[in-house]
Amino acid sequence: MTEIVTKPFGTAPRFNHCGETALSVELGDTIDLETNRRVRRLFGKMRENPLHGVLSINPTYRSLFIQYDPWECSFEKLVLHLEDMLRHEGDDEPEDRTVEIPVCYGGEFGPDLPFVASHNGLTIKEVIGIHCAALYHVFMIGFTPGFPYLGSLDSRLFTPRRDTPRIRVPAGSVGIADQQTGIYSVESPGGWQIIGRSPLKFFDPHDDPPTLLRAGMKIRFRPINKDEYSLT
Amino acid sequence: MNIPSLEIIEPGPLATVQDRGRPGYQHLGVPVSGAADLYALRIGNLLVGNDPFDASLEITLGRFRAQFLRDTTFAVTGSNSSVFLNRTPIPTWRALKARRGQTIQLLQTELGFRHYLVLGGGIRVPLVLDSRSTYLRGKFGGFEGRALKAGDVLHTGPEATEPLPARYPRHLIPPYSPNPQLRVILGPQDSAFSQRGIETFITSAFSLTDRADRMGCRLAGPPIEHQRAPDILSDGVAMGAIQVPGNGQPLILLADRPTTGGYAKIANVIAADIPLIAQALPGARITFKVISFHDAREIYLHKEFAIRRFLAGDEKAEA
Repeated sequence: MTEIVTKPFGTAPRFNHCGETALSVELGDTIDLETNRRVRRLFGKMRENPLHGVLSINPTYRSLFIQYDPWECSFEKLVLHLEDMLRHEGDDEPEDRTVEIPVCYGGEFGPDLPFVASHNGLTIKEVIGIHCAALYHVFMIGFTPGFPYLGSLDSRLFTPRRDTPRIRVPAGSVGIADQQTGIYSVESPGGWQIIGRSPLKFFDPHDDPPTLLRAGMKIRFRPINKDEYSLT
Repeated sequence: MNIPSLEIIEPGPLATVQDRGRPGYQHLGVPVSGAADLYALRIGNLLVGNDPFDASLEITLGRFRAQFLRDTTFAVTGSNSSVFLNRTPIPTWRALKARRGQTIQLLQTELGFRHYLVLGGGIRVPLVLDSRSTYLRGKFGGFEGRALKAGDVLHTGPEATEPLPARYPRHLIPPYSPNPQLRVILGPQDSAFSQRGIETFITSAFSLTDRADRMGCRLAGPPIEHQRAPDILSDGVAMGAIQVPGNGQPLILLADRPTTGGYAKIANVIAADIPLIAQALPGARITFKVISFHDAREIYLHKEFAIRRFLAGDEKAEA
């Protein structure tokens, strides 16, 4: 049996077994836009050219996770197919829309905004200004339905998680945890510092598509006041 | 078209509608959900003549009672159980007929966590994201996005084909055990662990804590040592993936697992043994046995072959 699992990293993909019914193909070792773009291109190619026996495909930061039925499709067949798709990768950008996310910062919607400000020696106004200035790339969706993994947060806003996680963080809450910023797409428990809330709906299982955001999109936060929040 | 078939009298601790789940929405962060013991769901469906992954009832820890509202073909699959039809004990893993008005009851047992009550025609609730599975945390899918309550009435589709007359062969039923040994394939991040960490994982017995639900099973035992940090760049997570966070205590992920995870995964339980952990009760002693990918694939193909041979009518199928 030829060993195809472990290869030294270059531009060559690395194939890992995740049990005998799934694999991950890694295209890099870091969180960077180019690797992530390659992952999303491969995801698009695999959806356009489905292989019999493949049950699901999930693109993440630098790898594609694939579940398959070994009765219908072998690991080796899947590797060949993936290598073929990578050979004809192209250079298109599969998803590049920019979405504006209105956020009502502070107050009852962002109870941790004062802490984030004092922790970083900034005024509340400065925190909002810095948070809204950046264009954030959606690297992947995961963890909970519609939750975007965003890059990159301005280092002036890095803030550790709360010592005690909240039992209930409302959907739409915008938070900071260490070097990350993100949006709670659904209500869930969580330990992020909550600085504001967006009135947008990020996940609705009855909508098509069910999530507002998808990997590859860019987002920009726009501050709104309470009146605008209730009108949206 | 859909007929009222079953009324819940007592749902027990947790009863939900489950099918295969929604594997096709993980790129949007939607958990797969579906039956925790997919094998028991699939065989139950095949026995009553349904499609392999029609929706059925996942009953947790027994204490369940329901009344049939019409003559119904049904089967109960899952781990060791005490099942009664109008107070008469009935066998599991075979298709049976219930008369309108009869009551089915599942008792709480010492052995076994989850049972599947599969109804001919399959349970019909609205499809949400291509599945009838209940995702409790998200409050969608299944029966109004929630666990079943007394008084709920389940509808089924028309019973299409003849049920299988035979009892499912014993040697094809998973060897459910109060203290299962799980066969695993190392990886995908076994290199994140020290040699000592891998040895701890392979040679120790772990105990299943009471934090065991549809999302996953937290184990307790000697801490598994990482090489450096437990964190990885978040990536996809398979059913049966064994994550080890910083405290060194493994977590085996099941049906309602998040679609991505940021902790190193030391190994993955093979498909044939996922029913064993899905059916283990808190307090169970869990051990692991590492096998090669090639052995795991052989086991998978052999099992699939035996199931398909049984369905094709060759009763001499061997496991």
